[in-house]
Amino acid sequence: MKLFRTISRYFRDAGKSVIRNFSLSLASISCIAITLIVVAVALVLSYNVENFAESIRKDVTVVIFLDKDTTESQRQKIAEDIRKTGNVASLEFKSKQEAAEETKKQNDIFSSIVDGWTDETNPLLDSYMLKVKDVEKIKETVSTIRKMDKINTINYGEEMVDQLITVFKAIEKITIGLVIALIVVTSFLIANTIKLAIFSRRREIEIMRLVGASNTSIKIPFIIEGLFIGIFGSIIPIIITIYGYNSLYSFFDGKLFSSSLAKLISPTPFVYNASLILLLIGVVVGMFGSWRAVRKYLKI
Amino acid sequence: MELIRISDVEKTYKTGTVALYDLNLSIKKGEFVFVIGASGSGKSTLIKMLYREEKPDKGSIIIGGINVAKLRNGKVYILRRKLGVVFQDFKLLPKLTVYENVAFAMEVFAYDKKEIHKRVMEVLELVGLKNKVRQYPDQLSGGEQQRVVIARAIANKPKLLICDEPTGNLDPETSMEIMKVLDEINKMGTTIIMATHDRDIVDKMKKRVIMLEEGKLIKDIEKGKYYNETV
Ligand SMILES: Nc1ncnc2c1ncn2[C@@H]1O[C@H](COP(=O)(O)OP(=O)(O)OP(=O)(O)O)[C@@H](O)[C@H]1O
Ligand SMILES: [Mg+2]
Repeated sequence: MKLFRTISRYFRDAGKSVIRNFSLSLASISCIAITLIVVAVALVLSYNVENFAESIRKDVTVVIFLDKDTTESQRQKIAEDIRKTGNVASLEFKSKQEAAEETKKQNDIFSSIVDGWTDETNPLLDSYMLKVKDVEKIKETVSTIRKMDKINTINYGEEMVDQLITVFKAIEKITIGLVIALIVVTSFLIANTIKLAIFSRRREIEIMRLVGASNTSIKIPFIIEGLFIGIFGSIIPIIITIYGYNSLYSFFDGKLFSSSLAKLISPTPFVYNASLILLLIGVVVGMFGSWRAVRKYLKI
Repeated sequence: MELIRISDVEKTYKTGTVALYDLNLSIKKGEFVFVIGASGSGKSTLIKMLYREEKPDKGSIIIGGINVAKLRNGKVYILRRKLGVVFQDFKLLPKLTVYENVAFAMEVFAYDKKEIHKRVMEVLELVGLKNKVRQYPDQLSGGEQQRVVIARAIANKPKLLICDEPTGNLDPETSMEIMKVLDEINKMGTTIIMATHDRDIVDKMKKRVIMLEEGKLIKDIEKGKYYNETV
């Protein structure tokens, strides 16, 4: 009971303080809201980029052609060595006969040509179809494989994959940098708000100390005030995220550029997870800002 | 029984001013002690060390078993809960009513509303302000404001009440009213230490008197003997 009363008093004091310094709190709340909106955009971007990268990852196939004179045991050895690179999601062998069959299916002209081939005259090569686990390491993996015995040529969408990875990384870096900068600015602003709250209550604090309030009980309401600022600041970004992403998703009908590769991730549960992250960041930044002010200006 | 023991206390401020030195003093439970002396003699310094606003450089100050001289900052509140403090400037919160100002001190302890209400009315009656509970400090006279402060200081039933010139801003008549209130509180068992300039009050009250001069205790006059000593 006593603990409950103490806690409810902390919250009441914090609430009063937010209202008393409303114009100031409003500045902090807006700043945190702007930060969180950028965070939300960053989340939408990075999750979708991640999703997009994932589908590319699943789609990029490295075709490894083997020399004509490769023996059965050499072939086995190559498969083993490829697996040893550790970057293998799947590995399939495609014999030249299978390749010929596939070619036949492509069109009628090919079909008649291929029909004329025997095992000896088939100009196609045996190959391994490799799907990698980590597309960012694809270059490394390919160059390792290239050094192996009996490798003829290796093909993969080298250029495109490289470019995409570079773009994704750049986008990620920019958004992370922006978010960090905004968080720093916001926590300064919150620290300043709490500082002024402390000054506006300094008489009260002095009296509280005189009548025997513990340091913790003097500090906690200010920390809670930071918490409130964080919570209030995250409301609008959360609403924007939930409604905004849902309408974005239905506007594009779940796809970008009508390509099956570039799918938007579905809004549920993404928007709720994102909201939770926003609330968490708001709360942490709010409390961190006020904690800094309390440490600096409530020296006891 | 002894409530306060001060042994070999010395206090030098950062500026180099030696405010107190060689101070030895014992105060019993239930006593009423005046601290007098010229301006700058160290009265407020002594008072501040009692509620641990200042720390002595040397010696020990034991109050009810706590060595105040060694008390860490984070533990000061434990001492403060055992004593009440009254100053010359009233230190009331202007936006709170008389009632709220007194209740404020009790809310720190998380009593429940009923308990707080009962005790606030009790102490306001004791200081004679029961009919002004809803007024704000700026609607009160100086004497009334000081009585609110006293009510607030005793709301938590401290064993010790420390006053630094509580009548400093009041006219002689009002001062005497305040002294009557303090005397009553003292009679109920609270030990009181009061620093003052006002010789009239000290004369009339006939209590123990401690006289400081340039940071040194020069006279410790037993209860009732002050008048005789000074003639
Ligand atoms: N915070 C401080 N820093 C430096 N010196 C101080 C400080 N407080 C008091 N002093 C000095 O210590 C000495 C004692 O001061 P103190 O306030 O104890 O005197 P006092 O007896 O209360 O005087 P008054 O009757 O004028 O209130 C004075 O010389 C004063 O200048
Ligand atoms: Mg003084």
